[in-house]
Amino acid sequence: MIITKPRDWARIKGNLEELGAKRVFLMGCGECATVAHTGGHAELMVAKSVLEGAGYEVTGLVVGAVACHSGGTRLEMRKHQHEIDAADAVVVLACGAGVQTAADAIAKPVFPGLESAFLGNVIRNGVFEERCMMCGDCVLDKTAGICPVTTCPKGLLNGPCGGMWDGMCEVMTDRPCTHVKIKQRLAEQGRCRVARIEPKDHSAKLKPGAVSMRPARDAKKAAASGEGSGS
Amino acid sequence: MSRLRDMLDAGEFVITGEIAPPHGTDYSAMLTSVRTLSEVCHAINVTDNQGATLHLSSLAASRVVLDNGNGCEPIFQQTCRDRNRLALQSDLLAAWTLGLENVLVVTGDDPRGGDHPQAKGVFDLDSTLLIDATRNMNEGKDMNGAPLSGATDFFIGGALFPEAEPWEIALERAHQKINAGATFFQTQAITDTEKFARAAEALKPTGAKLIAGVLLFKSPRVINFINEKLAGLMVPDWITDRITSAASPLEESIKIATEQVRELSQIADGVHIMPLGSDDAVVRIINDAGLA
Repeated sequence: MIITKPRDWARIKGNLEELGAKRVFLMGCGECATVAHTGGHAELMVAKSVLEGAGYEVTGLVVGAVACHSGGTRLEMRKHQHEIDAADAVVVLACGAGVQTAADAIAKPVFPGLESAFLGNVIRNGVFEERCMMCGDCVLDKTAGICPVTTCPKGLLNGPCGGMWDGMCEVMTDRPCTHVKIKQRLAEQGRCRVARIEPKDHSAKLKPGAVSMRPARDAKKAAASGEGSGS
Repeated sequence: MSRLRDMLDAGEFVITGEIAPPHGTDYSAMLTSVRTLSEVCHAINVTDNQGATLHLSSLAASRVVLDNGNGCEPIFQQTCRDRNRLALQSDLLAAWTLGLENVLVVTGDDPRGGDHPQAKGVFDLDSTLLIDATRNMNEGKDMNGAPLSGATDFFIGGALFPEAEPWEIALERAHQKINAGATFFQTQAITDTEKFARAAEALKPTGAKLIAGVLLFKSPRVINFINEKLAGLMVPDWITDRITSAASPLEESIKIATEQVRELSQIADGVHIMPLGSDDAVVRIINDAGLA
């Protein structure tokens, strides 16, 4: 899931002030931001009271089912059209994808209410860790399912840097070195490290990514309308 | 031809020192260090934004050493932290063109510990992969295998930490670097000669040359700094006790380093002395150890 963090309130307020906005509509996300406790119903209610405490009027709020889903967000916005019409601006408590989906669907200024942090594993409720950076050139087959690109602070592929000390990481000294963990797990499975992992193919992760899993006819249509297709 | 390579190949004991390029363009202090160190050193490492802090580039500073070292050669350092594979290879070509023949390839400290903690650490290649890319240049091709119009002939070194635990992982890493093309190692500061001997013994069959790092533990303050801030190094009690109880910590640190150099000269192919600014001490250590 996408991990989001609260955005500095002064920046959100600055956006609204710059626009001279007094009335605000709030949107959250029923998926990641709800699980992250940053953009669910409870957090929208907190944002509402903060805004009202600062003299803003909140014209309405909604937790979209999946904020980054274009069709769903359009539908949700239509249901709240009057409240949005009454607002000067919309603040979205979702990841950057959700904010952009809302901005596509709404003909009003839309501002981010959160910072998008990383693709996170849920370790337990409210505790998240980054384990994958979606680099497009996966090495987990060679590293016993532990990603050095993400979990080694330097992203080194071929073993520890010179700062590894007693099996611990040089940069985050309270954590074991990723490469020591990889070596140990491979050994537990009776496997050896490959001699060397070759340099990563960063072209596998070209920006912006775009994929169509739909039949060719749809992909062609999308290409004709200027949207991305293929990888 | 790299004199450092010739000496090591001939089995001669080498002495290397280290300088940091300036944080700015005035390299007069560095030049003074070069002149002092070149009295006893065969080569001088020129650090590359050491500790992830901004300094004049190792490339330019290495050329200054080449021009002013009276035969004492620069060891051009390249870290993987600040440049991607294009810039690294481009700088290697530049280094060879400028007459630099010795390269030490290291990973580099993480930017968040340096003076520009907001910087993006690049680490496009790790040290093994950069050693491999450098070896490719020696073979007349870039890291994609495309031919170069003019090859290099670098003497390629890597870093080694003989006191790292688990040692088997550090040893595996050393083998990996040798397979990639490293023919000599300079080690981090040694505090335990037995562990250095363990590394020397393990790497003997590979033919790789080992230059042992010796750091001047100049004062209790320096020891605290190393223990708290310097990754991968803890000063053992026997050194701390001698330095803290000494009337002159600097004199005592020179004595310790001299003993270490004497001891290490029996098992290493050379010593690399890191004087932390006390360049005169290097001359004394080498003389006192009877290596001059």
